[in-house]
Amino acid sequence: MTLADPIRLEDAEELKRARARRIEKVARWLLPAATIALAVLLWDRVVVWNQIPHYILPGPGLVLQTLVKDWAMLLDALLVTVQITLMALAVAVAGGVGLAVLFNQSRFAEMSFYPFAVILQVTPVVSVAPLIFIYVENRMVGLLLCAWLVAFFPILSNTTLGLNSADHNLRDLFRIYGATRWQRLRYLQLPSALPYFLGGLRIAGGLSLIGAVVAEYVAGTGGIGSGLAFRILEAGYRLNIPRMFAALALIAATGVVIFAGLSFLSHALLHKWHESALKREI
Amino acid sequence: MAVTWRKIKPMGERPEILSMAAVNKVFNGQTVALQGMNLKVNEGDFISLLGPSGCGKSTALRLIAGLMHPTAGQISWQGGQQPGDLGVVFQEPTLMPWATVAQNVWLPYRLRGKSFVAVQDQIRLALKLVGLDAFENAYPRELSGGMKMRVSIARALVTSPRLILMDEPFAALDEITRHKLNNDLLDLRAKIGCTVIFVTHSVFESVFLSDRIVVMAARPGRVDRELTVDAPYPRGEDFRTSADYAALCREASAALHHAMGDAA
Repeated sequence: MTLADPIRLEDAEELKRARARRIEKVARWLLPAATIALAVLLWDRVVVWNQIPHYILPGPGLVLQTLVKDWAMLLDALLVTVQITLMALAVAVAGGVGLAVLFNQSRFAEMSFYPFAVILQVTPVVSVAPLIFIYVENRMVGLLLCAWLVAFFPILSNTTLGLNSADHNLRDLFRIYGATRWQRLRYLQLPSALPYFLGGLRIAGGLSLIGAVVAEYVAGTGGIGSGLAFRILEAGYRLNIPRMFAALALIAATGVVIFAGLSFLSHALLHKWHESALKREI
Repeated sequence: MAVTWRKIKPMGERPEILSMAAVNKVFNGQTVALQGMNLKVNEGDFISLLGPSGCGKSTALRLIAGLMHPTAGQISWQGGQQPGDLGVVFQEPTLMPWATVAQNVWLPYRLRGKSFVAVQDQIRLALKLVGLDAFENAYPRELSGGMKMRVSIARALVTSPRLILMDEPFAALDEITRHKLNNDLLDLRAKIGCTVIFVTHSVFESVFLSDRIVVMAARPGRVDRELTVDAPYPRGEDFRTSADYAALCREASAALHHAMGDAA
């Protein structure tokens, strides 16, 4: 064989690998969709075969019907919950990042106040929430405070870790080039912390939803301006189980949307340079 | 164009730019990292600090870089040190992964408050000098190890500093890439006439590159002797395979062993 001979571009192994890639591409979407569909079908069949009454376990069809029927009321509740969740997340970002920067800039501030952050984190929010609603007049502020308590810590601890993990040689380089403290923070530490912060943000997104729901359970006030958690409680008292399921589905969907949104944000910010967002060629 | 094209004068006619006088550095009040180091750096010198690990060559570099201060002795810049007088290349490329190649090279200027547009020409020129003008907008992860090192060199010379410090910059690269970068570094020096202090533990590299080799010994870290490599530049592959080069390497190697023998 000489170099002039045409080169075979494919062999059995490569073809097999290409086929496996194609299958995986389809399976990545198809498999989860199929399993969920199967689970819903099974749920439906179990209800029908065992003739379970709808006030014990409604079938998926009835839940969907209720969702449509009660849509106006559930949508209002959803908007309230989403609003609290997003506001809590925003405050958690501001508080978490702010505290992380403060701790990073001042060792003494960190030594003094870090224990408070840990205490707030390890105390279950359900046990603090009743007190909060005694001391805080405004219900909305109380809910926000509860959700914030749950959500800020992952952002604080991740961002702190990120700010401290800037490359040591780069730190030296910044010193050699006479960077100010502010320049070092702005051009070196904050970009270094970004992937860590985004990791914390994804956790905090889920937690702020949990915080909002739990706080509402504790607050328990009804009427206008109630969120999904209150609707679930209320429906429970009335043995309106289908509506409980419908509200539950909305909460779960909200969580999924928040997670997907934050994952997308993370990808958009990191895909150009960070290892976590890179695709391996082989 | 802000890049100063200096002309390298013959040795003996070069003006002094920096001197170290009886510099000591002691860590934790007990470890003597550097003892009584004297060194005069003249404009256009290519000085290698050669020695075994623990001989204080990196300590000397960090002292000159101002990352730490001598326990005793003086380090003084002729005419005082101005911002932009110093360029540094570490063993790792030390690039910011979130910034493009051009933005990385911009860093020394950026930290002095200069906008990208104001120094665009210098950035382009520095990248052209290291042969990466086509990669301005690439991210570091898209480059090979050798190319990242070139970006690091471009960043060190973008302000046309009076002195460039290099701390074993090519130690982590493969042999072929290292040779290529050694050749290119000498071309670069011939073009812009930069002054370099180059830390290495390779006898071959130090002989190929430098006109002065400072051989250092360990425990305590100190200068053992200084060699002059009086082979003419430009040096290329011919020099690398010449009998002169082999003889100079033998001499430097003997000096290194002398320094290590003393320490043992």
